[in-house]
Amino acid sequence: MSARVEMRGLRVSFPSPRGPVEVVRGVSLDLGAEKLGIVGESGSGKSLTARAILKLLPAAAHIRAERLRFDDIDVLTAGERQMRAIRGRRAGLILQDPKYALNPVMTAGAQIAEAWRAHHRGRRRQAMEAAVELLAQVRIRDPARVAGLYPHELSGGMGQRVMIAMMLAPDPELLIADEPTSALDATVQAEILRLIDDLVSRRGMGLILISHDLPLVSHFCDRVMVMYAGRVVEELRAADLAAARHPYTRGLLDCMPSLLHPKPRLPVLARDAAWNE
Amino acid sequence: MRRLRTLAAGAASVPITLFGLVLITFVIGRIVPIDPVIAIVGDHAPPDVIAHVRAELGLDKPLPVQFLIYVDRLLHGNLGRSVMTTHPVTTDIAHYFPATIELATAAILIALAVGIPLGVFAAARQGSRFDHVVRVLSIGGQSVPVFVLGLIFLLVFYVKLGIAPGTGQQSVIYEGMVPYVTGMHVVDAALSGQWDAFEDGLAHLALPALVLAYYSLGYITRMTRAYMIDALRGEYIVTARAKGLSARRILWRHAFGNIAVGLITVIALAYANLLSGAVLTETVFSWPGLGLYLTVSLLNADMNAVLGATLVVGLVYIGLNLLADLAYRLFDPRVR
Ligand SMILES: Nc1ncnc2c1ncn2[C@@H]1O[C@H](COP(=O)(O)OP(=O)(O)O)[C@@H](O)[C@H]1O
Ligand SMILES: [Mg+2]
Repeated sequence: MSARVEMRGLRVSFPSPRGPVEVVRGVSLDLGAEKLGIVGESGSGKSLTARAILKLLPAAAHIRAERLRFDDIDVLTAGERQMRAIRGRRAGLILQDPKYALNPVMTAGAQIAEAWRAHHRGRRRQAMEAAVELLAQVRIRDPARVAGLYPHELSGGMGQRVMIAMMLAPDPELLIADEPTSALDATVQAEILRLIDDLVSRRGMGLILISHDLPLVSHFCDRVMVMYAGRVVEELRAADLAAARHPYTRGLLDCMPSLLHPKPRLPVLARDAAWNE
Repeated sequence: MRRLRTLAAGAASVPITLFGLVLITFVIGRIVPIDPVIAIVGDHAPPDVIAHVRAELGLDKPLPVQFLIYVDRLLHGNLGRSVMTTHPVTTDIAHYFPATIELATAAILIALAVGIPLGVFAAARQGSRFDHVVRVLSIGGQSVPVFVLGLIFLLVFYVKLGIAPGTGQQSVIYEGMVPYVTGMHVVDAALSGQWDAFEDGLAHLALPALVLAYYSLGYITRMTRAYMIDALRGEYIVTARAKGLSARRILWRHAFGNIAVGLITVIALAYANLLSGAVLTETVFSWPGLGLYLTVSLLNADMNAVLGATLVVGLVYIGLNLLADLAYRLFDPRVR
């Protein structure tokens, strides 16, 4: 049970005083029940590319593509109603910082139950039971108690688990995780990633994992797509990372500190205007 | 226990504010060029009578002592007598204030029922034609003086169209027929089951309530819109959309749910404004409320009545502020 995402030549632009500025410039991707990593520096268009699949772009964004399909649904022409049938139910989105991404005046349990009820038929009580069960699935101890807590009473890691539980509630086929650990302490980052990885594998879902940490992404994903200035500069199997050709990808690899091959000084990430072409 | 403590913290500033209010009314009472003794005994009283009354009122004592006497009287619920009505001011206020509460409550309910949806939908469609119309409407409510609006309403609905009754709280034929319970005419009529009088009361209430409501509408709409625009920018709105929720649920449950507690303060302030700012509306519509009482007392230099009414208005502000603060501490999980 996995959807195919087909994206050809996605372009996203924003109006500016000097005319439209294109920030995603012809991105293509294909995805089934596999794990795709999208890597690139901040502002390279990762989030917009991923959110375009759910049509969850800022109101000012203008979107074009030769083709953008979610299974048999043409996202480009789909209305709100059709998109709502995809959002949550078929594809979930995990945002960066649970501190802002969770509703501050609703309890964790209520927010998960709401996601469950949006796509299942069931009474409120049943939804709450499902929420507690989901909290247990994301390995929260004492889930019944946590269900009654408000977001500001949760730590970052707990908040992100709640977010994951919420997005898994409707049993989607695809999970988009947009820098799900960038706002967390280093110690819990790996735990959260392993949790996502585990749940996605077990449910046979597709995953898009966005990050600026290339080695980390390649560890969890089957394929990695490297973006630079709104374009894909290189796409390769995670196993072939060492064979990366593009100088930007190489730069990303070289810039990571390594315990095995320590360098006296980390190199500065190189950029070249020619990569924009 | 922790909740009790946060509640207590909210009430901590009340004594200071109260003291300020009492001090201000005291000072006003002393600096206005109206001699309270002359006001009581008249211009032509013999000097020994004047001196006697002055001593009786404690006005020959030093100011600090006078202040203590004033506070002591207030603590005993003694606001002095009104020269104009000859009743104790407390009796007068108990008689006139319910009519103001009735009018202000009707007005705030209308303003909320209209203003909140307008603000919410204007924010949801920011920059649309609907948004612009709402903005013009709400600026209008703030910039047209209430008495102008009141007179226009009377002219159109009473004089020209004849679909509204005239001024006052009730028609003459119902005068004295509704037993006094709360002092709020419409409520009393309903309580005693006199539905004719109730309808008549509602009809009389409609115009002044609409005028006052329009005055608050602008403020409530603008604040609701501003809060909503801010809330709709939140990341949790993206989350809510990603869950596949309906636009209506996102707007009301998620965005409005986040601003509701903040709006309580806005509403409390608007309500306090209505309770105290109904002076002009009450005058235009001959509504027998506190505003009318205050106006007539001022025109007659009836200082006890003026200060008493001012104290009540001040108490209303302090009380509503406190309530809003407590509501905030009770209902906002982030404060709790
Ligand atoms: N609402 C917006 N208005 C204008 N420009 C935007 C908006 N959102 C994103 N952008 C631009 O689009 C570019 C790509 O954004 P994004 O996809 O969020 O980058 P990433 O996720 O890779 O950090 C950014 O450089 C940013 O300037
Ligand atoms: Mg991003």
